[in-house]
Formats: sequence, C-alpha cells, structure tokens
Amino acid sequence: MSDPTRRAAGPAVVPPRLDTVPQADSQRVSPVEGETVFDLRDVDVHYGSFRAVKDVGFTVVKNEITALIGPSGCGKSTLLRSLNRMNDLIPGARVGGLVSYHGKNIYDADVDPVEVRRRIGMVFQKPNPFPKSIFDNVAFGPKVHGASRTERESIVEDSLKKAALWEEVKDDLRKSALTLSGGQQQRLCIARTIAMQPDVVLMDEPCSALDPIATARIEELMVDLAKQFTIVIVTHNMQQAARVSDRTAFFSTEVNETSDIRTGVLVEFDDTQRIFSNPSDERTENYVTGRFG
Amino acid sequence: MKSPNLAASGAAAATERGLLSNGRGKTVGTLFASLLFFGLSVAMLGLAWLLVWSFLRAQGRLSWDLFTNPPSTLDIESAGFRPAILGTLMVMAFVFVVIVPLGVGAAIYLEEYADRNRWYNRFIELNIQNLAGVPAVVFGILGLAFIARGPFGLGFIPLTASLTLALLVLPTVILATREAIRAVPDSIRQGSLALGATKWQTISRQVLPVSIPGITTGVILAVSRAIGEAAPLLLVGATTFVVFDPELFNSGYTVLPVQIYQYATRAQPEFHDLAAAGVVIMLIVLLTMNGFAIWLRNHFDKKRVG
Repeated sequence: MSDPTRRAAGPAVVPPRLDTVPQADSQRVSPVEGETVFDLRDVDVHYGSFRAVKDVGFTVVKNEITALIGPSGCGKSTLLRSLNRMNDLIPGARVGGLVSYHGKNIYDADVDPVEVRRRIGMVFQKPNPFPKSIFDNVAFGPKVHGASRTERESIVEDSLKKAALWEEVKDDLRKSALTLSGGQQQRLCIARTIAMQPDVVLMDEPCSALDPIATARIEELMVDLAKQFTIVIVTHNMQQAARVSDRTAFFSTEVNETSDIRTGVLVEFDDTQRIFSNPSDERTENYVTGRFG
Repeated sequence: MKSPNLAASGAAAATERGLLSNGRGKTVGTLFASLLFFGLSVAMLGLAWLLVWSFLRAQGRLSWDLFTNPPSTLDIESAGFRPAILGTLMVMAFVFVVIVPLGVGAAIYLEEYADRNRWYNRFIELNIQNLAGVPAVVFGILGLAFIARGPFGLGFIPLTASLTLALLVLPTVILATREAIRAVPDSIRQGSLALGATKWQTISRQVLPVSIPGITTGVILAVSRAIGEAAPLLLVGATTFVVFDPELFNSGYTVLPVQIYQYATRAQPEFHDLAAAGVVIMLIVLLTMNGFAIWLRNHFDKKRVG
C-alpha cells in the first residue's frame, strides 16, 4: 500500500495513460462487508527478471464470487495462480508483496504450499480429469489425505451432487472419466475440487473450452457453490463476469515504451455492478463497452 | 444463372489443371517409396531367413530332451541345454530385479526432480545417452574389474552376470521411462497438486500409473537385449562347460548364447544342428518373457481406463 513501494517500481515504468485517475488500491474500493478471505497488497509476480504483474491490491470476501477480467496477457491467470501457490511450479516464478489469507501471508517461509492448495482448490481452463474412473477422480484428494473407504464413498456422492453431475453418472462411477463430455468433465473437476472441502475455489476460465449450454450449467453451479465456498474466477467473457460475480477486478497491460515489456496492472476493483455500469476509470469503461481489448 | 455458371466452370477448369499430376513428381515419389520398401524388405528377409534356417537345422533335434538334458560332448544325441536355460532365466530374473527400481528411479529423478540449470544434472543426462551406445564388451570388462574382482569381488557367479548386464541395459530403461514420464500431460500433475497432493503422491499415484505401458516397453527392450548378450558374459565367468544346474552365488554357470557359441564352434555337424536348436529355444524363452510383459502392460492399460 505504501507509496515508497510504488515509487520503488522504478523510473523505467511509464505511468498510466491517465495521470489524473488514481491507481486502484483497496482504499478506493467501497467498504467491504463480510469476512475477508484474501487481502492482496502490492502483489508483484515475476518470471525470472520479467515482471508479469505489478502492484495488485484487492480483497476477496467470503461466499462471494470475485471475477478477474481484462485483455489477454494482462496477468489475471498469473495472479490467480499465485493465490494458491501454483506459480511455485513454474521455475523462476516469484511472488512479491503480501497475499494475506485469513491474515496469514501464504508466501511466508513457514507456510506449506501443500496445505495452502488443500484449502484453496483450483479448476483449470481445460478440463483435466485424471485417466481414472469417475469415482477415483473425486476420491483422489480425500484418499491422499487419509479418508477411509466409507468416508470416500459418501464424499464422492456428496461432491458429485453439489457439482450437479450425480444424476448423470451415478450408474457409471466405475467408468473412465475420459468418456464424459467436456462439460461433464469440467463439472467432474469441480466435484473433485470441492471433495476436498476447500475454503476457496479458484477457477481459471473454466468455461472457455465449453459450449454455451455447458457454460450456462457451470455458471448456475458457481452461483450455487458460492453459498458454501468463496470463488475467484478468471474469465474472458464479460457477460459471464457480469452475470455471476459480486465484485470485479479489471486488469490491463502497461507497456514500457523503452523496452516494450508488458506488465499487467490492476486498473479498477469494485462491485461488479459499478464496474459494468459506472466505472471510474476510462480504460475500464472502454473495455466493458467493447471499445478496447 | 448463366454468368455465375460460366465463372464456376472456368474456376473448375483451372482447378482441374492444377490437380493434374505432373509426371516427374510422381516418378520421384514412386522411386522413393520403392527405396523405402527395399530397406524394409532387406531387414525382414534377413530375419525371416535366420528363423527359417534355424528351424530347418533344428528340426530333427526339437524335443523336450533339449530342455531337460545337460550338454554333452560325448553323447551328441542326448545333449541338451538345461543348465544354460536355467542360467539364462536366473541371470535375467536378477537383471529385471535390478533394472526396474534403478531405471525407474533414475528416470523419475531426471524428469521430475532434477534442476536442468545445474551442471551435474545435465552432465548425468548426457552420459546416460552416451552409455546407451557403449559396446557390450566394455561393460564386460567393467564387470570383470569391479564386480567379479575389485571392490565388489563377488567372483564369477550368476549374480555378477546379472549386475553386469543390468549396467549394460540400464540406459535403455532410463531413456524409455523418461519418455513415458514426459508424455504424461502436465495438466494431470497440476490437477493433482491443486488438490493438495504432495509431489511424491502426484508422481506415485498419477504419473507412474499412466507411464506403466511405456516403462514396460522399455524393460522388454532391455531384457531382450540382455538375453542375447554373450560377449560381456564371457568375461565374467559364463565360459565353463557346465553339466549341473546353476546357483546364484556359486561359480560355474552358463547362458544360452554362450552355450550356442560352444556348440557352434565344434567340428561335428550334429553340434551345429544342436546350436540351431539353441537359437530356437532362445527365441521361445524371449517370446515367452515378452508375451508375459505385454500381458502385464495390457492388464494395466485396461485397469487404467476402468
């Protein structure tokens, strides 16, 4: 949050096009009611010496759906992956700043990334079921965390029901997950994630590989799941963000004119309604009205 | 309707002209294809000739006696391959026991844990590829100097032969297993890790089960190569003319290729027939082992799909 950090970003970085508009930070956001799950401050993500995202700050509230939108290459997926330390898997990736999860920085040295991912699940852009049976896909997480056979059976049924897939697969639990359709596979991946009883579910463009009918089902499911979980979703589809999310963070890219390096920045974070009806930044308005990106 | 038709027929004519073959390209293509077919034929005919020749020469000798009788230089009619068959099976069993854990372990390390930015990991990788091309007899000398004698000093026993052959074929297993592990999509690893599975749980429960068919293929190739090796074993004790059954820790053993060599170098033509029968036996042993491995692979394949 502090100004020194921001200035430390260096003189090489060109300021945003509209100097009059203050950079987004959580001070500008309308007061947040409800329990804060994530509190991000001055988050930077580097791949080696390349800074992919800089100075991001926003909050994620319990049982809400927070959408991250913006043009391609603005770092929204990168940022999402830094919320459950999936970026650790990329050699050279570093996350700076504060990613506070219920008051604890998940990048502190004493934090076990495996425990972080157990609590903060993730659904990927392309459905990625394991090449195992439907049952084993959902039971895998509970199994590695020591759930007994009978526990696993009830968890599988419960999770598939919550993911609105139970009715379609209840007689075929032993069949390979790869025989399911794309939309069913994605709901299976959601079931697999919620089988871990996570606190937060991160979704990285979960519908981009699906047809409109499957997309509608997943959206319906998201709204339903938000009653129990906190959801952060990256989406390219602005209508989707407008339909399902409570809050929206709009990201854009900033181009360094001397080096032509693009860095993702958070332009605006607000209630979804305000972002889509009355945004305070011109870049957001251009984007949501389709004039840019 | 008229003018579009005209235009369409003009376009069609142009397309037709474009689609007509020009004779030269066709000739070159045919020539190249026949060249490739010739290469294939030479390989297949050579193999077929070998098999037919072995079977014809061995015809009169193929009987159960070959499997149950020890070799003999006096009684050619009853001479068999029993010690050599048992020696080969014993040596191969321990080759298998050694190469599977070591080869798979090394491949897992290199694919999943090794940091390519470290010079020693790149050095290891390069050397494994080089080792795959080292002549077998060099491994024989290594086995002689370090396993039979030298630091290990095991003596000239079947276990020494197993360890020597294991070193010889280990690169094959490592390379094949690495390929199999690399072919597992990263999305599976990420899906598993995102569920809070540890790295080892991800490797042992997601990556390895998917890689089993590829690993099995590598092991089949490795054992198939090891089973036919004679040169390195001549250096580590498999030379003796043995009439009794081998024991893992006692010297005095032989294996099929060595036994075949011994029969083949004798003067009497009856022994040459016996050598041909040995080739047939070796093929039977090899095909039985490969058949078992393929059955195993299919079994896992089916289990995986559910």
